[in-house]
Amino acid sequence: MYTLPSRLKITFIVLMMIGAAGLGVGFLSAPSTVAEAQAMVADAHYGEESHGESHGETGASSHDSHAETAHAEQADTSHETSSSHQAGSHGEAAAHEDNHGEHLLHQLQNKPWAALYVAAFFFMMIALGTLAFYAIQRAAQAGWSILLYRVMEGITAYLLPGTLVVFTLLVLSGMHWNHLFIWMDPEVVAHDKIIQGKVAYLNVPFFLVRAIFYIFGWNLYRFLSRKFSLAQDEAKDISNHKKNFRWSAGFLVFFIVTESMMSWDWIMSVDPHWFSTLFGWYVFASMFVSGITVIALVTIYLKSKGYLPEVNDSHIHDLGKFIFGVSIFWTYLWFSQFMLIWYSNIPEEVTYFMTRIEDYNLPFFGMLVMNFLFPLLVLMNSDYKRSNYIIIGVGIVVILGHYIDVFNMIMPSAVGDQWFIGLSEIGGFLFFLGLFLWVVFSALTKAPLIAKGDPYMGESERYHY
Amino acid sequence: MSNKVIHALYDDDDVLLKAVKSIKEEKHHIEEVYTPFPVHGLDKVLGLDETRIAIMSFIYGCIGFLVAVLMINYIMIVDWPQNIGGKPSFSFLENMPAFVPVMFEMTVFFAAHLMVITFYLRSKLWPFKEAENPNPLTTDDKFLVEVAVGKNEKQLTALLKKTGAIDIALIDKDH
Repeated sequence: MYTLPSRLKITFIVLMMIGAAGLGVGFLSAPSTVAEAQAMVADAHYGEESHGESHGETGASSHDSHAETAHAEQADTSHETSSSHQAGSHGEAAAHEDNHGEHLLHQLQNKPWAALYVAAFFFMMIALGTLAFYAIQRAAQAGWSILLYRVMEGITAYLLPGTLVVFTLLVLSGMHWNHLFIWMDPEVVAHDKIIQGKVAYLNVPFFLVRAIFYIFGWNLYRFLSRKFSLAQDEAKDISNHKKNFRWSAGFLVFFIVTESMMSWDWIMSVDPHWFSTLFGWYVFASMFVSGITVIALVTIYLKSKGYLPEVNDSHIHDLGKFIFGVSIFWTYLWFSQFMLIWYSNIPEEVTYFMTRIEDYNLPFFGMLVMNFLFPLLVLMNSDYKRSNYIIIGVGIVVILGHYIDVFNMIMPSAVGDQWFIGLSEIGGFLFFLGLFLWVVFSALTKAPLIAKGDPYMGESERYHY
Repeated sequence: MSNKVIHALYDDDDVLLKAVKSIKEEKHHIEEVYTPFPVHGLDKVLGLDETRIAIMSFIYGCIGFLVAVLMINYIMIVDWPQNIGGKPSFSFLENMPAFVPVMFEMTVFFAAHLMVITFYLRSKLWPFKEAENPNPLTTDDKFLVEVAVGKNEKQLTALLKKTGAIDIALIDKDH
């Protein structure tokens, strides 16, 4: 049995407190009037740097006439968005000035909310990705990974709190506490033909019902599977193991459908005009690789503390192979999505990448280096995948890289070019990091770290490459 | 010194692995082992060096990547710029995303084919080469260990019998 040292527990709580403080400052310093927002931007010149340098090196055909149209249209819709928030009693020219200010105000007000949402989603996504990995091991009757089952179950313990936090944020959005999802604003919809066409799917009640459906399904599987797994420890036959196998296979079917829809609902709909047909896969790859990386990190940590003595470097090697392989899979999907949209250059699609390349140049391309080039080059060597230090180093880079990936998915539509990694972003990350680690390591103390009743346990203990 | 070897036949890979281990322990020299399929762990027991083909694979991949870049730059930018879908055709970098599939495929192509060719060269294999396989049974379901005969043939035969060989034959390679 693992016991959580009180020093670690204090560290987690301190992380949460620092994070909460950062978030609090972020929320308090958000402007409440247009004048304040304009003053803030005039003072700090947020995001100006990336804006300037990106124009030269984008390569995204900024001279192209199509792109120009797209740009114009994007500007139009964003004005439309903000114009709907104001009474509309001004004349044309004056309204334009005010629209800009109002738009800026909404972006700056969104910023702490978006930072909170990105971090909440990201850590929920790690638990969900781990749950999918766990279900695949169960459904595939894998023999090598049995020693890691309790680690995975510990990580998926965060699924319930994580999904509930995300759900709370979605409800608050639905109650118009923030403007993360502009389609939730009836005035925006009234002026937007494209969103009007999607109202049958994108409306707050149905959106929340769907969210409840996904969250219930995932947590039900996690609950049952954990129950069978614990029951198998003392069981004399393998009926629990078999039940777990069936539930896992069923869950995977449920998961891949709901995960896809979740990614449309919770991420893609922040940009309600834009769509990508492989978005579900893309988000899946991101959560899968983050989940596997966290499994590796937690396993190595526990092993370094003398727990999990049977875990050998072949297990770490396999996790390394998964990190390597899924990182490349993620890149494949990233590129498939990017290249088709870049090539076809359809205005309503290409704006997505234009804002990211122009306003988010560093995080957009930096993320590719962190999530693709770095693991590709470092983890290619077979011996490196067996080294704990290298797995930890790469793991941390990959985790941060996928945080930036989620950041890139949410932020451009929430705050536009007003982004920067400030107190609320760091605070949000630290808060949920502390909460995540606290929940995960507390869950690890609740059951023996070795699932001794599993029929494949021997195979996993003898596993070597 | 005589050039005699003993061919010991086994019918199970686990038995073979244990046999190879005990033959090694008795300090006999194993010339070669013929198996119908790769036996997991046999290379370690035999003390073979780790393969270096992975390093070559990486180098071949890099060559393929480089060839693809040079080739596509010459074809699509230098020699005959083509306007495809309004994409900028006079700059390699600005058009790079369109070339990534080509670069990827060429990398894989070079790595895979050159690796196979390297393997053939290294194992001295070529088309129509006569098989060196001493016993056709090893292409079916039997495993053959070729052990050099030292001074004590009797002792070696006894050892091989003990390890579970189903057939032991003395071969004189000079003839």
